[in-house]
Order: sequence, then C-alpha cells, then structure tokens
Amino acid sequence: MMKNSIFNISPDRSKYPEKDAEGNLMVDLDSQKYVKLWQGPQHPGVTGNMSLELTISGDEIIQAKTHVGYLHRGFEKLMERRKYIQCFPTCIRMCVAEPDYNEYNLAAGIEELSGIEVPEMAQWLRTLVLEMARLQSLLRVVPGQGGTFALGLGVQWGVYLRDLILDLFEELTGGRVYHMYILPGGVRGLLPDGFKKRMEETLKKIDEFVVNIDNLMFSNAVFKQRAKDVGIIQPEWIDQFGIVGPNARSAGFMRDVRKDYPYLVYDQLDFEPMTMNYSDIYNRARLRWHDLIMTVDLIRQIMAKIPETGDIKAPTPNVLHWKIPRNETYIRSESSRGEYGFYMVSDGTDKPRRINLRGPSYVHAISLLEHMLINANIADTAAIMVSLQTCPPEIER
Amino acid sequence: MEQLINKLQKSFKLSDVKHQRENLTFVTVKKDSALDLVTHCRDYEGFSHFVLLSCVDWIEDGKFQLTYLLNNPSGKFDLGIRTFISRDNASMTSAHLLWRQIATYQRELKEMYGIDFPGSPRVDESFILEGWDEIPPMRREFDTKKYSEDTYFPREGRGSNDPATYMKSKLYPDDEK
Repeated sequence: MMKNSIFNISPDRSKYPEKDAEGNLMVDLDSQKYVKLWQGPQHPGVTGNMSLELTISGDEIIQAKTHVGYLHRGFEKLMERRKYIQCFPTCIRMCVAEPDYNEYNLAAGIEELSGIEVPEMAQWLRTLVLEMARLQSLLRVVPGQGGTFALGLGVQWGVYLRDLILDLFEELTGGRVYHMYILPGGVRGLLPDGFKKRMEETLKKIDEFVVNIDNLMFSNAVFKQRAKDVGIIQPEWIDQFGIVGPNARSAGFMRDVRKDYPYLVYDQLDFEPMTMNYSDIYNRARLRWHDLIMTVDLIRQIMAKIPETGDIKAPTPNVLHWKIPRNETYIRSESSRGEYGFYMVSDGTDKPRRINLRGPSYVHAISLLEHMLINANIADTAAIMVSLQTCPPEIER
Repeated sequence: MEQLINKLQKSFKLSDVKHQRENLTFVTVKKDSALDLVTHCRDYEGFSHFVLLSCVDWIEDGKFQLTYLLNNPSGKFDLGIRTFISRDNASMTSAHLLWRQIATYQRELKEMYGIDFPGSPRVDESFILEGWDEIPPMRREFDTKKYSEDTYFPREGRGSNDPATYMKSKLYPDDEK
C-alpha cells in the first residue's frame, strides 16, 4: 500500500504480525514489539475531533482504530422531538465545515414529502449558496493538505480568503458560519445591492491564490516527495467501502451528484468534474485544487445567469402546524467531500419520525481510513487523514 | 425501474412497492429474504454502491424498520429495501461480508437501537457512547429531556424567562412597584 513513502525504508511487512484463524492480528503488547499510540482527538490537520488508536511496530502502523464521539450531541434524536422547522438550527450543526448542505437536504426532503415546487429564483440562490459553501471549505482543505507537512503558509492565505467568503455569507444571510438561509419552499432573501461586484472582487483574489498555491504546494519538491505514492486508494475499494466524491474521482470513478443526479440548476451550468486514474495524496490534493478552480468558475456562471428578481419562496403551510403524511425519501447533494444524503421518514405528525444523515466521512474516516493506515508510517498519518477530507461531526451526529 | 421491480417480484415476495421518484423506489421484504434480495441486487442487478443502512423505530407496532439503501451507479437509480424486525430481542443477520462499510452501520445500530448483528466485526465495541448503561438512546422510549434533567445539574444563568414579563420588568421597573 505504501509504495514509496520516504519513511518506508523497511521491506514489505504486510504479514507482520501474524493473524489468528479468525483473521485478527495477534498483537501481544507485553512482548515489547508493539506500542499503542493515540493520535488525537486534537490533530495537526483540519479534521475536527476524532482520535486514532494506532498499534505501531517501530514507526510502522500495524493496526488502526478510529474513535469518534467527542462531538456527539444526538442531533438525529433531537430532531425526532422537534417540528420540521425547528430541525433547521439543529441539522446545520451536523457538519460545521459545510452546514448549507444540511439545510438544503432537509428543505428538499420536506418539499418532496409535501409536494412543494421551489421557484426558479430560489433555486439559483440555493445553488449559489451551496457553491459558496464548497468554496469556503476548499479554501481550508486545499492548503490544509500542505499544513499536514508543516507547510503552513498556504493555510494562512486560505483562512484569509475564506473569511472574505464568510463576509459575503454574512451580507447575504446574516450569519458567517451557520446561515439558515434555505428554508422549506425557498430561501430567505434576494442578493443585496452590489453583491455581484463584491463577489467578483473576492473571486479575483482567489484567482491569485490558485496560482500561488500551485507554486507553493504542487511545485514544491518536499510536498511532492511526501505526498506522491502515499495513501493510495485502489480502484476496487470504491464500491467495497462506498467511497464517494473527490476520493472516488481521483481513482477514476466519476461520482458527482451534480452530474449523476442533477438538482437545483446544475443542469444549466457548464462544468465537468475532474477524474484521475491514480489516487494518492498528491493527486487527491491536486484534484481538490481543480475543484476549487471549477467552483470559482461555477460561481461566476451563476452570477452571470441568475435572474435579477423573482419569487424566492413558494407558499407553504403554517410551519408550526405542518404535518407531513407517512412517507420516506432519500435526498442527496454533492458537498466538497462527496455525496451528502438525508434519509427522511415522516409519520403523519408535525415531527419527523427519522432523519438519518449519510455523510462521506462515515466510510472515509472509519472503515477506509483504518484500512489505509495499515503499513503506513506514523509520520504520514495526519496527511492520509486530511487527504480523505474527514469531518467527524457528520459521523456521530 | 418498474421492469426491475417486476423481475424481482418473480423471485422475492415484495410488498409495499413505492416509486418515490423516477430514480428512487422502496420495497418491503420479509426478514428472512432481505439479505438474499440485497445480495441479488448487488451481484446481478448492478447495485454495486451501498448507500446506507438505517433504522426506524415504529414503537407503536413493536417493530424496527431496517432500510438497506442501494445505488446503481451506471443506471443512476436507488432501491430502498425495507424489512421489519421485532423490537424484542431485536436481531438481524449480519451483512458485513457484502460491503466492508456495513460493519460500521451495524455497530452503530447495536449501540443506538440495541439491534444485534451476530458475527459482525467489533459489533459489541462502543461506537460513540462510552460507558453507557441506559437503554439504547435512539429507541423512542428513551427520553432525552428526562435523562438530561436526571444526569446534569442546572447551571446558573441558563434559566429561561417569559420574554414579555422579563422585558417589561427591565424596561418599566417602576410599574412593578
């Protein structure tokens, strides 16, 4: 798995230690051959609170277990006791990095279960907000990969630019991180005066950032040597593990909800998500860098095509007495990490019977990461974890 | 999608077929044949991507609904396979050999709903909760508010007031005298 890590100077020890008849590793900690090492829940990367229980031999990982629960607040349970409209402030906290996909999925689920058509203007504004969410997330994640190799400068640039996007979010929605802009039936407001001009000014700064990050990271010999041929995702794992989004695209699988199951106004936009045929840390970072460029382009397209005015909300029942007949659905959207889905079940009352989030990290950070870390060097752990773009809150909900 | 459902009807006793959308259909099948259907869909019908395994607690019926949501990436449609199991001594055959990620879902369902999946890897290890000795918290009868009131002490400054009365006392303190 680790073909050419600069730290991997030992021969292949994939059969070390031995396994018992049931396939469990026979690790005897008292033998002094192995050491337990906990990495996290505070990490050098931008991955949130998640800890890895590593069993190491020398500096090679022979077993990894992901531990989550440090952010568990029982959101899915809480939503079962709340009216649909009260679920919005709760659901957005299920992923801090990109809360808007939660808003959209919940609103789209309620609309589908209630048979509500969203006006076109609101669909454009929703698309804009979702792409802005992707942009601010990628501004953290793309340079964040360099951060795992102590290349902190790009992270500083990214944080600054992300704040400019948050300024625009604040202007449009009133909130910086959590927006609650998307509601059942539509959105809360139109674009403020001069918003397009200020957006373009920010996008121009991001254009410069894209060039600078290319020079800083992808032309950097140290970054290349640390990131190439490390943390490889094999193509046959895509379906075995349920890998989605950029992690799947880098391995040659076109998995993008915006293309596969077009929603909102994505079918009116011109874009082609990138795929690669070799998924190591370097290529995944490179693919996200391309996604960043594509997102900037998509926002420019939206700004050019969005109608000047129009209805932003369809009529809905009184949200305090809104009962939805017994039914169920699955709503998906494409977050910067991949398919982000809500399985929703209504039971005829004014509260959901069940809302179950399926976030990409649920498989990327547990079954996949535990598998990928075997035989990796402990110095590559943070880089591999960040290259999967994990978000623990969406695992523990 | 209807063609597929008609085809599956011949081999499996499907009920409650619901075409929710053009590309999303839900079917119900008995517990004994649920995993046979899941396996058949994976091996012969192109549903290579497993989306999620979820549980819905129908406490009034004394049943848990397990939903296996499968996706066909080339056909671009989803199939939700529902099956119902008893809430008492809830148990279901493990599907971890079909897709490697399923073990995680089953481990979570064991912890949150108390549904056992014998043979599933690490199914008895705690997933999110540590040292939990109450009933599984996602069961409908688990009362989060009561648990919170019994377990945690109230912190000062966290009390709530009736907004109208509170603002009146702040803005017009003389009226109260």
